[in-house]
Amino acid sequence: MLDLAFYQKIAPTLLDGAAVTIGLMAVSVPCGFVIALPVALARVSANRFLWAPAYAFIFFFRGTPLLVQLFLIYYGLGQFAVIRDSIAWPLLREAWWCAVLALSLNTGAYTAEILRGAIQAVPHGEIEAGRACGMSPALIYRRLILPKAARLALPAYVNEIIMLLKSSALVFTITVIDLMGAANLIRSRTFRIYEPLVAAGALYLAMTFAVTRVAAWVESALAPERRPPR
Amino acid sequence: MVKRTVAALVAVVVVGFTAGLAMPQDDALRIAVEGAYPPFSETLPSGEIVGFDVDIARALCAELKAECEIVDQAWEGIIPGLLERKYDAIIASMSITEERKQVVDFTEKYYESPGAFVGTKDVAVEITVDGLAGKAVGVQGATVSECYVESNWGDIVDLKRYDTQENANLDLTLGRLDLVFADLFTLTDGFLNREGGDAYEVKGGSIADRACMGEGIGIAVRQDDDVLRERFNAAIRAIRASGVYQEINAKYFPFDLYGAAP
Repeated sequence: MLDLAFYQKIAPTLLDGAAVTIGLMAVSVPCGFVIALPVALARVSANRFLWAPAYAFIFFFRGTPLLVQLFLIYYGLGQFAVIRDSIAWPLLREAWWCAVLALSLNTGAYTAEILRGAIQAVPHGEIEAGRACGMSPALIYRRLILPKAARLALPAYVNEIIMLLKSSALVFTITVIDLMGAANLIRSRTFRIYEPLVAAGALYLAMTFAVTRVAAWVESALAPERRPPR
Repeated sequence: MVKRTVAALVAVVVVGFTAGLAMPQDDALRIAVEGAYPPFSETLPSGEIVGFDVDIARALCAELKAECEIVDQAWEGIIPGLLERKYDAIIASMSITEERKQVVDFTEKYYESPGAFVGTKDVAVEITVDGLAGKAVGVQGATVSECYVESNWGDIVDLKRYDTQENANLDLTLGRLDLVFADLFTLTDGFLNREGGDAYEVKGGSIADRACMGEGIGIAVRQDDDVLRERFNAAIRAIRASGVYQEINAKYFPFDLYGAAP
């Protein structure tokens, strides 16, 4: 059952796959955040022309499976000659960029909802206080609402990053050899199922552990008052 | 009266048993086919199974003068079913490979299933190191095709693995791939002869690679069943010689499936 030599043999392939997974996450998470922030601000706006498109975006990307989104972007978009002739094609031609696009849009929608909840959870009294001090709305956002919302959103946001990490295992279906893809490759070459999947599971676990450690550090940095007294 | 009936029953059982034990293999030979691999084997709406494999199975039975029963069996369980003696042979387009030889024995090939590169007619491609360098080539993962492209051209082509052959073909039409490599019959039937397939063609002819694709397609029997294997081998040669094979071949394909003599 514990064939160490075999694990040693498959390690390079799996680590290559893990590097691809980490690369996808390193690009998709920041891109998703950049998408989420304006969407969340638009979503809490009273202006219908701002919140309606934001609502539609969140509704679509939260309401459909990531696998459908991946296939739509990878196989679906390529069907249209307009897109194949466009300047975006050199990127969309590559499976890796299609994966980044799908993961970013997907996590962008979820993160926008997390941020919206956090923004709306900022106590009204704090905003009133800002107004009473003569702060402009932009300054209230920058100094009061966003810092507070960031702290409120953090646990849910970390959850979302972990969910995205695990969902990224779907990208092997569009020819990206990520960690899951590497495990599948080994599985089909060696007819061994148990070892590559156990090893891939362990590597995913290690990655989630790293994410939670970083998150715990950020959380304590953002909330000095909750740190245990020294 | 009762005694006599018992004695008669015992006699019947004993005779039946010994007959069963001594029963030669050609009494109700059970042959498994897949029933889902057109045009080699497919199940009609009526439930009847037809195709090249089925016709070959019947022709071999006629040659062996055996009574045959065709058994429909899904691909995943087809080798275990043979080992469990649900049937005696598998005639289901099975490639003779080293892995399978560990658990079953094969007859000589009864046809060859070569692979081929397919690409757009607009671009000429030579199947050489220079011609293939840097080309994006799609294959279905975990197949003999993947093995062939990876071991022969893996260093120079950009190899992409797909979950299904359909998705690889799709990416060829979208322009992400320069070539796909797969079983020639699958590509002909599943792509080139379909709608939109006329813009594509086979590049560089069919390719038979022993190391990956094995020694052709054979009939699988249990490892202790040398008698049956040898009888099948003789029957394959006999239907090749009598012209029965060629008749069946022409019914399905306009070219010779058998390939070079082994």
